[in-house]
Amino acid sequence: MNTRTTHAPIIEMKNIEKHFGSVIALAGVSVEVYPGECHCLLGDNGAGKSTFIKTMSGVHKPTHGEIVFEGKPMHFDDPRDAIAAGIATVHQHLAMIPLMSVSRNFFMGNEPVKKRFGISFFDHEYADSVTMEEMRKMGINLRGPDQAVGTLSGGERQTVAIARAVHFGAKVLILDEPTSALGVRQTANVLATIDKVRKQGIAVVFITHNVRHALAVGDRFTVLNRGKTLGAAQRGQITPEELQDMMAGGQELVALEGSLGGTV
Amino acid sequence: MSQTAQSPSTSDDTDERVKDLGWRRALIRPELGGIVGTIAVFLFFGLTAYDSGMFNAQGILNWSTVSAQFMIIAVGACLLMIAGEFDLSVGSMIGFAGMLIAIFSVTLGWPVWMAILVTFVLAVLIGALNGFIVIRTGLPSFIVTLAFLFILRGFTIYLPQTIERKTIIGGIREAAEGDWLGAVFGGKILKGMFQWMGEAGLITTFERGTRAGQPVVDGIPMLIVWAIVLVIFGHVLLTKTRFGNWIFAAGGDAEAARNSGVPVNRVKIYMFMFTAFCATVFAACQVMEFGSAGADRGLLKEFEAIIAVVIGGALLTGGYGSVLGAALGALIFGVVQQGLFFAGVESSLFRVFLGIILLGAVILNTYIRRMITGER
Ligand SMILES: Nc1ncnc2c1ncn2[C@@H]1O[C@H](COP(=O)(O)OP(=O)(O)O)[C@@H](O)[C@H]1O
Ligand SMILES: [Mg+2]
Repeated sequence: MNTRTTHAPIIEMKNIEKHFGSVIALAGVSVEVYPGECHCLLGDNGAGKSTFIKTMSGVHKPTHGEIVFEGKPMHFDDPRDAIAAGIATVHQHLAMIPLMSVSRNFFMGNEPVKKRFGISFFDHEYADSVTMEEMRKMGINLRGPDQAVGTLSGGERQTVAIARAVHFGAKVLILDEPTSALGVRQTANVLATIDKVRKQGIAVVFITHNVRHALAVGDRFTVLNRGKTLGAAQRGQITPEELQDMMAGGQELVALEGSLGGTV
Repeated sequence: MSQTAQSPSTSDDTDERVKDLGWRRALIRPELGGIVGTIAVFLFFGLTAYDSGMFNAQGILNWSTVSAQFMIIAVGACLLMIAGEFDLSVGSMIGFAGMLIAIFSVTLGWPVWMAILVTFVLAVLIGALNGFIVIRTGLPSFIVTLAFLFILRGFTIYLPQTIERKTIIGGIREAAEGDWLGAVFGGKILKGMFQWMGEAGLITTFERGTRAGQPVVDGIPMLIVWAIVLVIFGHVLLTKTRFGNWIFAAGGDAEAARNSGVPVNRVKIYMFMFTAFCATVFAACQVMEFGSAGADRGLLKEFEAIIAVVIGGALLTGGYGSVLGAALGALIFGVVQQGLFFAGVESSLFRVFLGIILLGAVILNTYIRRMITGER
């Protein structure tokens, strides 16, 4: 009934488990992400959302489970592998380095080089012009490419990070709570950016614990709780109230479980 | 130039802002504190010590040499600090490397070039070990290199005492006679030009003695050449290469840099190795100049390097700074130290001056940095 399900997922996370010593952060979570769709991961703090996307982006190796990327099983040894494969991540707190210029941040880890006398130099001219151009496309007017990221607002920083990922050909864009620290207007800007990116055919994984933000741009929803999948749904198959209940219901269950000493 | 031609439509309305930023950008830069300090220091001594010989050929050579020493170690300390780490073992490394050169060349009788090369390899390996321990244990580099401060100094005293029953090993100048690599650290360049300047009466010449007619300053010591080369190398590496971007990123936020695929560990270890390399350059030049190695050489040099770097605008916690600024910091340091001597000021006041300059520069630098980076 839904045309979206007819095409193949770009990345499938199958039964992912992640243990940190005795802490079980993920106890078997499965998610499929499709090109041109925004997949929202919801859940309360500590649910395991960040840990989950870190296994997707090569920061953590899953303790158990399988990652299938473009139909093939994948093993990422480090973030570089994932980036090279086309999985870009904007991490929760660590998207940009405030002391560095926008241009230096934009090309961090992907610096363009030009040869002079047989030596590779950072091609600042190219980096600066691309940065200005990409920022203009996203609706941010920089004073100059050497403007420090620290002078940008939170929403602008997220936008720089997203623009960077898109510029470097991300097929999957992972955003870890990009709106959690933002005001209303900045949130709207970031959500609009997510929509733009999705329409370019990129798969977006959008982490949030705000149901309204999720419903604004989401095509699919997965709710996590204590390292497990609490429920999954597609756009149009679930009402905002149901989604809200799913998140809240999980919390009630947790509270019950606690008070009844695990007898439920 | 083709870039500006690509967007003629926007050039009109941005022109105003670019012009406005022109002077701001030229002025508001990490080196501003260093530039202001340098001007202030030269003005001060230009007024108080202009007739003391501070600004004739010998005088200039005198404070240039001292500044160059500071510069050599400041370049290493600067890049390492921007990469987010410290090396407190620089001073001990200077003593240790000098002692190794002396033991290899004098005690063991190796050719000087071999002694120097082997010392460089060992020093850089110790630098790598410093970095490796910091990365592996996650301990602050402050602590790890403090341990090496003691370990290396201990060996620097122990080795000559055990081998030669003394704490100074001499006879290196004789051993280095005619050695090509010895000359790279202990020689002088542009001797012909200085000879000519002496003959032309531009600089003073000896009037009596065996060297009568020769200029008093007969060339530029390799120490100064090394300082200039290292400053240029460090500046280009930091600002004009991909690796330079990684240095900033590693110190700015190691986690964010890693997430973007920057090989943070490698960058940091390389910078520890480079710091050790700079310390060894210092040691080699000093050993060639003095003709000896002493167990107390390089004492407190790590702090002098860090002070020069901080005067030069670098942020102690990493991620921000300038090699040119650090070089200016070293110049200020050297000029003040020697200038007070020329001005006939009680030498104990050096520390007072240094403290005031350090405080003033850091306050100014912090103010500038906040304007640039939007820190609060
Ligand atoms: N590196 C780690 N070492 C140990 N425990 C961790 C680590 N990372 C996350 N955890 C734990 O895993 C759980 C899930 O954390 P996280 O994925 O950050 O949750 P969320 O992003 O949903 O708020 C938490 O209990 C957290 O303490
Ligand atoms: Mg999180």
